Amino acid sequence: MRDTSQNDPAGDPLLKVRGLDVSVRDKKGREFKIVDGISFDVQPGEVIALIGESGSGKTTISLGCMGYTRPGCHITAGSVHLGGTNVLEQSLPRLQELRGKEITYVAQSAAASFNGAMTIDAQVTEIPVITGAMSREEALAKAARLYSDLELPDPENIGKRYPHQVSGGQLQRLMAAMAMISDPRLLILDEPTTALDVTTQIEVLHSFKKLIRDNNTAAIYVTHDLSLVAQVADHILVLKDGQMVEYGPTEQIISDPQHDYTKALMAAAHLMPEEIHAPPAATAEDAPLLQVRNVTAGYGPAQEIIALRDIDLTIHAGETVGVIGESGSGKTTLGRLISGLMGAKQGGVYLDGQQLQHTVSQRSRDELRQIQFAFQMADVALNPRQRLNKILSRPMMFYRGLSQREATKEAARLLERVGLPTDFAWRFPPELSGGQRQRVNLARALAAQPRLIICDEITSALDTIVAQQILDLLEDLQDELGLSYMFITHDIATVSKISERIAVMRHGRIVAQGPVDQVLQPPCHEYTQLLLNSVPEMRTDWLDEAVVERRKLVAALDNA
Amino acid sequence: MTPGTRTWQGELREALSDLTPGVTLCLLFLIAVFMIGAFAPWIAPYGEGEILTNDSFLPPNSQMWLGSDYLGRDVLSRLIYGVRITLFLALIITFLSFFAGVFLGFLAAAFGGRADSWMSRVNDALLSFPALMLALIVINSLGSSFVVLVFTIAFIDMTRVFRVARALAVNIMVMDYVEAAVVRGEGKGWIIWHEVLPNALTPLAAEFGIRFTYAILFISALSFLGLGVQPPQSDLGVMVKENMQAILWGEYTTLYPAFGIALIAISMNVFVDWLLQRSSAKLPDEI
Repeated sequence: MRDTSQNDPAGDPLLKVRGLDVSVRDKKGREFKIVDGISFDVQPGEVIALIGESGSGKTTISLGCMGYTRPGCHITAGSVHLGGTNVLEQSLPRLQELRGKEITYVAQSAAASFNGAMTIDAQVTEIPVITGAMSREEALAKAARLYSDLELPDPENIGKRYPHQVSGGQLQRLMAAMAMISDPRLLILDEPTTALDVTTQIEVLHSFKKLIRDNNTAAIYVTHDLSLVAQVADHILVLKDGQMVEYGPTEQIISDPQHDYTKALMAAAHLMPEEIHAPPAATAEDAPLLQVRNVTAGYGPAQEIIALRDIDLTIHAGETVGVIGESGSGKTTLGRLISGLMGAKQGGVYLDGQQLQHTVSQRSRDELRQIQFAFQMADVALNPRQRLNKILSRPMMFYRGLSQREATKEAARLLERVGLPTDFAWRFPPELSGGQRQRVNLARALAAQPRLIICDEITSALDTIVAQQILDLLEDLQDELGLSYMFITHDIATVSKISERIAVMRHGRIVAQGPVDQVLQPPCHEYTQLLLNSVPEMRTDWLDEAVVERRKLVAALDNA
Repeated sequence: MTPGTRTWQGELREALSDLTPGVTLCLLFLIAVFMIGAFAPWIAPYGEGEILTNDSFLPPNSQMWLGSDYLGRDVLSRLIYGVRITLFLALIITFLSFFAGVFLGFLAAAFGGRADSWMSRVNDALLSFPALMLALIVINSLGSSFVVLVFTIAFIDMTRVFRVARALAVNIMVMDYVEAAVVRGEGKGWIIWHEVLPNALTPLAAEFGIRFTYAILFISALSFLGLGVQPPQSDLGVMVKENMQAILWGEYTTLYPAFGIALIAISMNVFVDWLLQRSSAKLPDEI
């Protein structure tokens, strides 16, 4: 490990963390170190990024800087100095004063952090008002100033709304306003944009960056996404299993990473591929495997709330079709419609030229077998009370009439095929890691020997390196078994790496579709351009350009 | 990552290591009570209706460890037989109400829509009757016998179980793993049996304990009012009623069965609380 920040002689740092250890005790009283000897500095007006996979200890460290640990954990060694005071030696009442005033925290999900029954203003101004730091009027005026600094629409009045009346991206910024209102010296941002749509993400990131610079606040930015960090952080601390892997200025880490792990993170970052490969797309003579013809569908008793309009989509054997759009664009609805979880109001789904019945119960078992659905969240898509053996053998027995004995044998082979040990067959899903569960999720789809797998955001919840492994596995399986995929995602970078053709969805319509190189080639549809523009580039000046470009595109889309 | 797989022996060992002294005490008490109930004829020193003396409400002595009751029968023996009948009735009632309540509740959740609405509203209507009043009306008009008693209380309990079972199943039905089974083409039966039930088992087990306690209290209350178990047989409720005058003589006779009811109810509650807490707030076992 190299500590290159030592040659940065900028006086005394605002936050000085030295040798921080955090341990957790299990039921039998054994101690496990989950954060091991972390040291770093943050200067006022500077942002340090803690980056690593889930379980790397990044959130634990950021909480430790507030003198807090999650239940079951405790700080066993080290010091955290904020200005002159050691945070770890303060009494609880003094800590409570520090937190919310001098150190504030922005959580990953603003929606879960706001009280839906109170106005936004009441919640944003709560801390300074109840501690007597400001009068209510002062606090409201300050809040309105912050709203305008955060580039929120109608800053005078947005605070009078309730949390459900603003968008997710706005709520995330309002939470930053809540954190900034008492002029904290240290702001901790824990994955503040992870839950947002890609195109919203850059706006939020931009306003955070501006706010930190203008107020000369020190900030800790926790994330798993290296490409985002390049935009906001001055220093980067790469973590793995609670240990420092690499620590240094952003420019140096992204241009010249030293450690293998950092290089792996760089390789797996959500970046557009240098050149989009144009694989031999299926020719017109090939009979299509699946066709969606002129489908309109919606929710409600008479499908009066339209979610899909005039959808035409064709998937050939052995090809990957990416369906991309933001939340609410109808991409998951389309997947559900194809798999028979909902019916169409108009139009139909055709398998080998034969129209399929609308719902699962009307389709034949063999038709069901050929189209399998892989869910986004493997942790809820696998029954926690069934062993993997049962999860995998059931589709074989159900669709293919295998006996339990044959199915058990094949389940073991299948586990091996997706890169898991065969003795995992006797485990339950909660005993697996996120990436392993997603492999089982895929294996269950494969167990049916399908021709098409609908993959609904199957890599979105995974760490970048693990997601890359899953994508590699998908490609291997395709080469070997001639599978077709419909790959539903919001991530245009991922989809352009693995798809032959893509369809871009917005407001329930397909706005552009075709071979991937054509759809993404300029001049493309404004919305496609907006999505492309939202993919971070690994250079530090990208964000400001992207925001300007974004505003132009959004204006163009609104006028269209 | 935990090495190896979970087996029921492992789970049991883990569960035993989680027991606190208080829970252990309650569990041992419950086991003892069930053993006493099961082997009452061999444990009780005298017969159930055997009149041993002409003296009512004798204080505890070397022949009769808890003294005599209002007819001069041995209180300890009657207590032992009373526990047997109370537990026997409560078990049958709870099993019946669970079988019907869970079955109907899961069915309502699995079918949803109109079927669910109808079943739930009918259930709500039944729930809105005060339980004891409903039981009194039914038993008064049909006459009290074990069969009437069991089916009446089981029916009333079933409405409570239905609500809990349905709510549990509704929550589980929206999980992606159920949707995965639906999209595979599985029938309702398979989904209920293999996807929903295993995930509802722990809360249902806890609910079983609570309903069992309520059944005991309910039978005792009915017996106390004279509509439950009929003399010469007795359960704990009957014994409280029979020996009420003992208070006037300064004897504790009526309090022994009352304490019996209370201790069983409290122990069961403590045990169930522990069971629920264990299932909801498991410490992380992987780090």
